[in-house]
Amino acid sequence: MHARIWGCRGSLASPGPETVRYGGNTSCVEVRLDDDTLIILDAGTGIRPLGIALRQGRPRTIHVFLTHLHLDHLEGLGFFGPLWESDVDLHIWGPPSPLRSLDRRIARYLSPPLFPIHLQDIPSHPTFHDVPDEDWKIGGALIRARPVSHRGPTVGYRISENGQSLAYIPDHEPALGVDLRSVEPEWVSGHAVAQSVDLLFHDSQYTEDEYLQRVGWGHSSVVHVVSFAEICDVRRLVMFHHDPLHTDDQLEALLGRATELWNAGGIPPVLAYEGMELDLS
Amino acid sequence: MATSEHNLVLILARGLASSIATPMFLVDPNGTLVYFNEPAEEILGHTYADAGEMSPEEWGTLFYPEDPQSGEKLSPEALPLSIALAEHRPAHRMMSITGRDEVRRTIAVTAFPLFARTDEFVGAVAIFWEEDGG
Repeated sequence: MHARIWGCRGSLASPGPETVRYGGNTSCVEVRLDDDTLIILDAGTGIRPLGIALRQGRPRTIHVFLTHLHLDHLEGLGFFGPLWESDVDLHIWGPPSPLRSLDRRIARYLSPPLFPIHLQDIPSHPTFHDVPDEDWKIGGALIRARPVSHRGPTVGYRISENGQSLAYIPDHEPALGVDLRSVEPEWVSGHAVAQSVDLLFHDSQYTEDEYLQRVGWGHSSVVHVVSFAEICDVRRLVMFHHDPLHTDDQLEALLGRATELWNAGGIPPVLAYEGMELDLS
Repeated sequence: MATSEHNLVLILARGLASSIATPMFLVDPNGTLVYFNEPAEEILGHTYADAGEMSPEEWGTLFYPEDPQSGEKLSPEALPLSIALAEHRPAHRMMSITGRDEVRRTIAVTAFPLFARTDEFVGAVAIFWEEDGG
């Protein structure tokens, strides 16, 4: 299994000289299974350059896993090249809602006046799936999606293949109403997704001071992401979903704080950046 | 790999329970009492840390619930939380209980079922107020 980051910014695309080292595109991670099956985690603005890269050797079947439908995780979908190709077998997975199907919810964005083309007129005619409650298989991988603590229906994903696993929880506030220092693991949102994974992409949006002004907004402080990774016994933590107001220098200060807090030994946390490649084979 | 994480709705309900001054019980779909908060500990005379999880048979009789008017013992099935669990509907009633401190208290109990977004029944909540003495 191999992962490449195409976007790791949270909330709003933030291009510019102050974000050039870690990137300004919003959430999108390309995952290649060992048989080259393509899974794309979220459809933030990073999915646009991924679509361009796929002009060379695009697989017929593509799976897009949406954690939730906040715009920074969806806004790139309409600009994803394969969406406009009729010979692609595109599967879009996302969290269920009791009120509207996934395609109807996505169509609120992919339709006028917010978008010029109606979803039903898009040539690839994607197949939409509510993620199941039980684990399921894609290619040789076992997939798990579980609800996690964030604003609105949101899931985290776990992909396991050939003894390796990665978890992707880009928007997550596991500390909401919970003292992560003392609570039992089964009471921690996201634990079933991230437990003992080799690689965790996780929300690390705020400094400790910033979080105090944003409790309940659905994101983690640097303390929370480190605690969460330690509770879940994660082998490698990649700090993800960078705040759009944080410059590269501020992100590196945040990493310094995470490293200071990290007690788990092994591999210290790293910051996600556009173009980052991680091999789990 | 252990996968024993509680449903997110229960996790969030526990977060709410641990943040409020109103006594609150939380049970899973099997009726196991999986959490009660500190204000509940005061009334019950048990701490969650000491008592831990309890089966319906245990928590249903722990407090010697009685009808406050007649003084008749209430069966576990008559408790609002049991009704919320069995019938998946809200329930409310007054009752008298005796905690481990042997103090008799009249309380009002409101219980309601919890359904996750996919309409999955994931447990129930009971909140209660002491009627005599706050």
